[in-house]
Amino acid sequence: MLLHDTALVYGRYLRQSLRSRFALLFGVLMPLLYLLFFGPLLTGLPLGGRGSSWQVLVPGLLLQLGLFGASFAGFMIILEKGQGVVERMRVTPVSRLALLLGRVLREATVFVFQAVLLVLAAVAMGLRAPLPGVLIGFGFVALLTVSLASLSYALAMKVATPQGFGPVVNALTLPAMLLSGLMLPMTLGPRWLDVLSHLMPLRYLVDAVRDAYVGRYATAHMLYGSLVAVGLTVLSVTVGTRVFRTAGA
Amino acid sequence: MAIISTAGLARTFRTRHGPVQAVRGIDLTVREGEILGFLGPNGAGKTTTLRMLTTLLPPTGGAATVAGCDLAKDPAGVRRACGYVAQSGGVDPQITVREELVTQGRLYRLPKAVAAERAGELARELDLTGLLDRRCGALSGGQRRRLDIAMALTHRPKVLFLDEPTTGLDPGSRAGLWELVRGLRDRYGTTVFLTTHYLDEADALADRLVIVDRGVVAAEGTPAALKLAYGGSADATLQDTFLAITGRGPAPADAAPVAV
Repeated sequence: MLLHDTALVYGRYLRQSLRSRFALLFGVLMPLLYLLFFGPLLTGLPLGGRGSSWQVLVPGLLLQLGLFGASFAGFMIILEKGQGVVERMRVTPVSRLALLLGRVLREATVFVFQAVLLVLAAVAMGLRAPLPGVLIGFGFVALLTVSLASLSYALAMKVATPQGFGPVVNALTLPAMLLSGLMLPMTLGPRWLDVLSHLMPLRYLVDAVRDAYVGRYATAHMLYGSLVAVGLTVLSVTVGTRVFRTAGA
Repeated sequence: MAIISTAGLARTFRTRHGPVQAVRGIDLTVREGEILGFLGPNGAGKTTTLRMLTTLLPPTGGAATVAGCDLAKDPAGVRRACGYVAQSGGVDPQITVREELVTQGRLYRLPKAVAAERAGELARELDLTGLLDRRCGALSGGQRRRLDIAMALTHRPKVLFLDEPTTGLDPGSRAGLWELVRGLRDRYGTTVFLTTHYLDEADALADRLVIVDRGVVAAEGTPAALKLAYGGSADATLQDTFLAITGRGPAPADAAPVAV
């Protein structure tokens, strides 16, 4: 039943995404602009890692795409609460967990699709990276979007208005971006900043994807990145499930 | 036979300014096949009660059974037995009428082909056939309401909850909706539990009224019995009766008199 319901909810929201193709492409605009106008600035700089500057920047942009996209996913459900769609579904026998999972899997699909577009553009700009590494990168994007979208939906179920939602998400995403070294590796900075950034879970994901992009798959970064990504996903989906099971407001 | 019965059903909301008792303890029974009008001033706890009876909101006190299922122990059973139309409705304006009806059928676990068939059946029954491929956002108010009700009837529920179903409708659409509700009861024996602020509607449609005020039942009975008991005579208006029961003074002379 959970599978049936999840597939049903997933289908409904995937069709919704397909109806607004413009929004689907618009999502890659921000990382694409970074790629076009920020990427070339790094090509000659010593970034301290292996490989080219593109192998450092593109993993960061992929996770940035997931971070900013998925964190705001909850806006949709605030709209739907206003339309009465959420309650209409909640009075049916549909699985509560499916109402979350179907939506979250839609987000993962959309962002992995956008990530593919971004990597294609990056290849055109000069990125060269091993295919398994690139695929591992998509896997991390998927886990990150599932986690953040779950948390975002959970928060959106709790707040009444977009005004209560936007500022909170903004206040969380910007430090997350700056402290995880999405744009430039944190190892370039002073020691205190590097230490501080290890408190940000996203940091471990970025390090792991950067290793994957230079073809190093059996590293400590990859291990920690995978553990943090899976842990974050389990935690976030659990939080989301609890909220979706009990939400009555 | 009672299809809905509640005992001391209560809901307290915790807010920043302390607890708010939206519903203090509702005791009521609804008989099978009855059209029950659930009336009360704004803030009396009507919608909160409805949301508890449809499993959307867990009660903080009391108990209830709906169609033989205990609200706390068997919410899934309650969901299978009832349909609910919220004040705001519940369709996505971007989606077509057909897709919404089919999805709703699938949410009630109908197989794909059956859900499609059921969508056509509901469209015929609620006069939506010509609108199936229109986006929900392009429907008129009356058409939207019929769609909302069609969605709630997908699984042929024993009990239909309607929260202010005719608010904002023109007189023709309202009359049509009354016919529809009576038809459901007459043809399928559906029990209808509806809230309204229109006292003429309550008078014309409901077999029995339950009037709530400040989160408790203030009076109940047939419209005629209530008029006699509280309005002074069988010829009293339901308006005067309602005001006598809720103890609220009459509205200023220029206020719209029918909607309380």
